[in-house]
Amino acid sequence: MSSSPVDSVTKVMPQRFNRRLRGLSDRAIAWIFIAPTILLLLAINIFPLIWTIRLSFTNYRSNRPNADIEFIGLRNYERILTDSDIWQTMQATAHFLCWTLMLQVVIGFALAWLINSRFRGSNFWTTIIVLPMMLSPAVVGNFWTFLYQPQIGLFNYIIAFLTGTDPSSFTMIGDVDLAPWAIIIVDTWMWTPFVMLICLAGLRAIPDYIYEAAECDRASKWRQFWTITIPMVLPFLMLAVLFRGIENFKMFDLVVLLTGGGPGSTTELTSINLKREAFEKWRTGYASAYAVILFVTIFGLASIYVKALNQVKDR
Amino acid sequence: MSSITEPRQTWKLAAGLLVVFYALVTLLPLLWIISTGFKTPSDSIAYPPKILFEPTFEGYVNLFTTQTRQSEEFLANNPPTNWYEQLVHDKGMVIAGPSRYGERFFNSLIIGFGSTFLSVFLGTLAAYAFSRYRVPLKDDLLFFILSTRMMPPIAVAIPIFLMFRSLGLSDTHAGMILLYTAVNLSLAVWLLKGFIDEIPLEYEEAALIDGYTRFQAFRKVVLPQATTGIASTAIFCLIFSWNEYAFAVLLTSGSAQTAPPFIPTIIGVGGQDWPAVAAGATLFLVPVMVFTILLRKHLLRGITFGAVRK
Repeated sequence: MSSSPVDSVTKVMPQRFNRRLRGLSDRAIAWIFIAPTILLLLAINIFPLIWTIRLSFTNYRSNRPNADIEFIGLRNYERILTDSDIWQTMQATAHFLCWTLMLQVVIGFALAWLINSRFRGSNFWTTIIVLPMMLSPAVVGNFWTFLYQPQIGLFNYIIAFLTGTDPSSFTMIGDVDLAPWAIIIVDTWMWTPFVMLICLAGLRAIPDYIYEAAECDRASKWRQFWTITIPMVLPFLMLAVLFRGIENFKMFDLVVLLTGGGPGSTTELTSINLKREAFEKWRTGYASAYAVILFVTIFGLASIYVKALNQVKDR
Repeated sequence: MSSITEPRQTWKLAAGLLVVFYALVTLLPLLWIISTGFKTPSDSIAYPPKILFEPTFEGYVNLFTTQTRQSEEFLANNPPTNWYEQLVHDKGMVIAGPSRYGERFFNSLIIGFGSTFLSVFLGTLAAYAFSRYRVPLKDDLLFFILSTRMMPPIAVAIPIFLMFRSLGLSDTHAGMILLYTAVNLSLAVWLLKGFIDEIPLEYEEAALIDGYTRFQAFRKVVLPQATTGIASTAIFCLIFSWNEYAFAVLLTSGSAQTAPPFIPTIIGVGGQDWPAVAAGATLFLVPVMVFTILLRKHLLRGITFGAVRK
């Protein structure tokens, strides 16, 4: 694929104008305009990807650059797929993914639905709600460890105040049972507005006359909600889930600063696990195979999902 | 609609109250960051958490300086000359020099603006070509550009780490700018293509009839029309580079390190100095909050790569 895009761009044809042109030809302009982008992406994305694939068949370790590189075939892949630790990581990731997606969809949709009533000041409050999503996950995640401190942390204080327990009796990020929830809560806090914004766009795209027709047919509000609102918003909701799903599958910064994968490996999501293999244990070849597997998983799941999304859209 | 106005009004009120309640809860951690920045270390870890306190700039002074403890005699002989020296003096310390925070913040600015400029520049050109010319394999190319975003950063980081090491680009501004440009390009191309698609072709046709070359038409007709789109794309790219952590923590260590990997490492005497961390976080986060408010109309478009345009 490396040279064909560039070659093909040179064959570019003018779209509508067959007029006499001075200066550069259309084909040259298109070529000059697209080439730098493609070249940069080839250099910084595709070339490394190919390199990763190549490394994944070796036992290379980047902390020993002078050692001989040995090709070991598929042994890295074999080792990863039979490693129980990696399956545990995958499970932690799946748990994180399922709960964050579910909470964000439910809360995000509910918020969008409430905002869509267009009460006075709804635009202002929408902007306020959106703020966490745009902030640096690393900086915010780091600060949440302060909110989660037993006793002095604001989060613990509020929970203790509401439930009447002792604020120093539980620690969100040090406890094996609570830590997975600690990361789910922060991720939900941060990314619910994302789902909300997309749902809001979906709700606003439903034309009023559909509801008016339903009113004429004496459809109850409840029925209108399930037969008009939900199906019309579904494609938007699915799009939001796609974006969040990909992002949370790759999740690194927020969680690494919140729990660092601990305690034990209860919150060690795949990206954190991968970082440990590649940059702490320096098993570069092994980590490369791991990266390839992750990429194929994301890409495969996303393509299947997009097919489903298109079916829903066409309905 | 046939429904009576009264229940609609109460429904609006109830919806409004619920949304405002959620907004206030969601805002709480952010307000806590900002207020902690103005607390003394002992106020910041007080139980119960202090809502009312006497504000101080101690956190900010600690953030920007390194300090050493000195003897009574030394302190008496070297009286403070300004307010922040006074603040440090009262704790029995003197300022030894500036901290690294300023440098890291400056690195974030250079890398953020550098990569934003490059990705918007390249992105505008590519988006224009994709929007206006019949490029063979256009959809495949556009999908290829988007798919570069699906890679987990850590997965790409391995070969990039090796590549940068052999090219001498690790821990340099140039290396980080190139890397962030490549990551941002997908967003820039997709967003800008959407914005340029919306500019009617007739303007350019008119310009071409008036004797402009294609390039002149691009520069004098399309670019001015696309200013809003370019500006909001730029802000999105800037926010991304500003917030990015994974590449920054793996590929930079000293001279080109940005603020996100640095802020969590701010440590005071005996554990994390939370007011200083909060002060650093406030200075780092507030610009993004301001930009978010400025961007609110194009926010949806930006976060969905132009897939949802409202």
